[in-house]
Amino acid sequence: MSAVVNFVRRIGAMTVDGVWRVGFAARFLLMVLVYSGQSVRRLHLTIREVYFSGVLSLLIILVSGLFVGLVLGLQGYETLQRYGSSEALGVLVALSLTRELGPVVAGLLFASRAGSAVTAEIGLMKATEQLKAMDMMAVNPLARVVAPRFWGGVISMPLLAAMFSAMGIFGGWLIGVVFIGVDDGAFWSQMQAAVDFRYDILNGVLKSFVFGVAVSLIAVFEGYDCNPTAEGVSRAITRTVVSSALAILALDFVLTSFMFRGQ
Amino acid sequence: MGWRAAKARDGVVAMQQNCDDTRRASAKLRCLPSIDSNPPVTPSSSQAPLVCLRDVRFAYGEREVLRGIDLEVHRGQVVAIMGGSGCGKTTLLRLIGGQIRATGGSVDVAGHDVGALGNDALYALRRRMGMLFQFGALFTDMSVFDNVAFPLREHTALPAAQIHDLVLMKLQAVGLRGAAGLMPSELSGGMARRVALARAVALDPMLVLYDEPFAGLDPISLGIVGQLIRRLNDALGASTVMVTHDVHESLHIVDYVYFVSDGRIVARGTPDEIRASEHPFVHQFVNAEVDGPVPFHYPAPAMSSLLEGNGR
Amino acid sequence: MMSRSTLDLWVGVFVVLGFAALVFLAMKVGNFTGLSGAPLYSVEAPFDNIGGLKVRAPVKSAGVLVGRVADIRFDPQAYRAVVRLELDTRYEFPRDTIATILTSGLLGEQYVGLEPGADVAMLKAGDRIQITQSAVVLERLISQFMFDKAAETPAK
Repeated sequence: MSAVVNFVRRIGAMTVDGVWRVGFAARFLLMVLVYSGQSVRRLHLTIREVYFSGVLSLLIILVSGLFVGLVLGLQGYETLQRYGSSEALGVLVALSLTRELGPVVAGLLFASRAGSAVTAEIGLMKATEQLKAMDMMAVNPLARVVAPRFWGGVISMPLLAAMFSAMGIFGGWLIGVVFIGVDDGAFWSQMQAAVDFRYDILNGVLKSFVFGVAVSLIAVFEGYDCNPTAEGVSRAITRTVVSSALAILALDFVLTSFMFRGQ
Repeated sequence: MGWRAAKARDGVVAMQQNCDDTRRASAKLRCLPSIDSNPPVTPSSSQAPLVCLRDVRFAYGEREVLRGIDLEVHRGQVVAIMGGSGCGKTTLLRLIGGQIRATGGSVDVAGHDVGALGNDALYALRRRMGMLFQFGALFTDMSVFDNVAFPLREHTALPAAQIHDLVLMKLQAVGLRGAAGLMPSELSGGMARRVALARAVALDPMLVLYDEPFAGLDPISLGIVGQLIRRLNDALGASTVMVTHDVHESLHIVDYVYFVSDGRIVARGTPDEIRASEHPFVHQFVNAEVDGPVPFHYPAPAMSSLLEGNGR
Repeated sequence: MMSRSTLDLWVGVFVVLGFAALVFLAMKVGNFTGLSGAPLYSVEAPFDNIGGLKVRAPVKSAGVLVGRVADIRFDPQAYRAVVRLELDTRYEFPRDTIATILTSGLLGEQYVGLEPGADVAMLKAGDRIQITQSAVVLERLISQFMFDKAAETPAK
C-alpha cells in the first residue's frame, strides 16, 4: 500500500519539479530576450558566437549530411526498384531530408557539438566565478555572455540544417545517378515536381529554427543553472545533450503533426 | 591622507565585543541612506564612513550565517575581516557588493542602502567598486590585456589608443606590463591574482573588495600582493575591505581588523591591539593553536558512549 | 585567439554557404519557380465520389500542373463531396470545363484533371464546376468486370 503511495508521490514530485523547471526556463528565456539588445548593438559579440557554434560545427554537419544522403540513396534505390520506380529516388531523398532528417539530425548534431560546448563554457565561467566577477563589474552576464551565445545558436542552426539537407541530396544524387545510373533528368524533375517550396522546404526551415531556439535555450540555461563545481559542469553538459535530444524529437512530433496534416 | 586621520581616530576605539546602544543609534543616524536617487556621489562630509553595516543579519534558508554584524570602513582605510573558514566572511563581502541582500539590518555604501537599490542604481554603484575574487576569476577566453581593458571598454567610450595606455599603466602598477599578451592559462597563481587586481582597479574605484587575496600563494607572491593592496589603496585614495584568514601578512598592511566567528564580530582593533590581545579567540587565531574557543572536534557524542555502543 | 577580421571572414563564408544551401533547396529541389507564390483563385467542384483524393493533390490540365486541391468537404444536403481547387490566375478555363478525378499510373496518386469546354464565359473565383466525373473505384471496376463476364458466359 505504502509502496503505491510512494510511487504516486514520486510521480507528483517529478511533475512538480518538471513544471517548475519549465517555468524557470521560460522566465530565463524572457530575461535573455529582454537583455538581447546588446547582442544586436554590439554585433561582433554575436558574430563571434556564430563562429563558435556555426563555423566549428560545419565539418561534422557536412560530413554527416553526405553520409546520410549516401545511405538514403542506397536504401531508397533498393526499395524503389522493387516497384520499378527508381526514378522517384530524388523525391524520396529530398522529401526525407528537407522535412525530417535535415532539421532533426542536424539539430541532434548541433546539440552535441555546439550546445554542449556552450554549456561547458558558461558552466566553467560560473564555476570559476567569472560570471560573478562580471556582475560585480556592473556588466550583466545575461546580456554579455548568455544572450550572444543564444542568438549565435539561433542564427547558426537553420543554416546548418539547410547545408545538411543540401549535402544529403548531393549524396543521394551521387549514389543514385553517378554510381547506380538512375536517369539524371528524371531524378531532378521528379524531385522538383513533388517537393513544394512553401510546404516542404519552408516548413523544414521553420522546424530547424524552432530546434535552434530550443537547443540554444537548453544549452545556455543548463550552463547558467549548473552547480559551480567540476562535477556540476559535467552533469550540466550531459543534461544539455539529453534534454536537447528529447526536446528535438518531441518538438518534431508536435510540429510534424501540425505541418503535414492531411497529406 | 584621509586614511591616516581615520586610523588615528579609530585607534581610540579600543577592542570591544559589543558597542553600546547609544553609539549604535547615533551611528545609524549618520549612515542613513541619502534620499536622492541620483547615481552615487561622494557625500561632502568626509566624516561619514564609506561602508557602514548596522546589525546585519543573513540566513541561507534556515541556516543563519550572520547574526547581527556592525562594521565601519572609513575613507582611505584598509580593513581586514578575519575568521575561520565558513564563518560568514565571504557572505559579508557579498552583502557589501550587493550580490545578496541582508535579511535584517542595513548595509550602506557611500550613503546608499545597497539592499534597497534597484538593478540600475546597483550597477551604477558597482562601477565605483572593484572586487578581486578568490582565484582571480580572470576571463579565460581573453588575453591579460583584454581582461584589464574589459571594464574600460564596457563602461567608457574612450578611444582604443587611450584604453591601450590606461591598461598598460594599470599593468605596470602591478608589475606585469610585459605579460599583457599572455593568456590567463599561461600565468602563475600569483600573476593571475595581480592581473585581477589591475582589472579590479581599472576604473579607479572608491572601494576595493578582496575575497581571500592570499589564498594559495607562495610566500613571495603573498608579500607582493599584500604590498600591492596597500600601495594601490593609497595611490587611488580608495578604501579597501579584505576578507582573509592569513593573519600575519594582513596585520602588516591593514589599518583595522574585525574578527568574525559564528556570525558575530567577536573582536576588533588595530593590528597592534590585535597582536597584544588577550582575547581567547584572537589568541587562538593569531597563534594558530589547535584547540580553543574554536574546538578541534566537530560536535559529537562522547567517545566513551560510542565504544560502549559497539560492545552490544 | 584569432583576430576579429579572420573570424568575421569565416562567419561570412558560413552565412553565404548557408544561404547558398537554402537557395539550392528552393530552386533546384523545390518548385519555387513554379506555382508557389503565384496568385491563385479558387473554384469548387462537387463529386459523387472522390476515391482517394487528398488535399494538396495536383490539378492538371493537358498534363500541366495548373493548381492544387485546397480543401475537401462533405455536403450533407446533396450527399456529395465538394472539392475546392486553387488555380493559378495565369490559366483561365471555360465555364463548362469538366473536372475528372484521375490516377497517375495504375496505382499512383490521384489528381484532378480539367478538360476545357467551349463556353465563352470563363470560370471566376468562387464559381462551381458543374460537370464532374468521379474517381474510378477499383472494387466497382472489378465487380462490374465480373458481372459482365458472368453475363457473357451463358451466351457462349
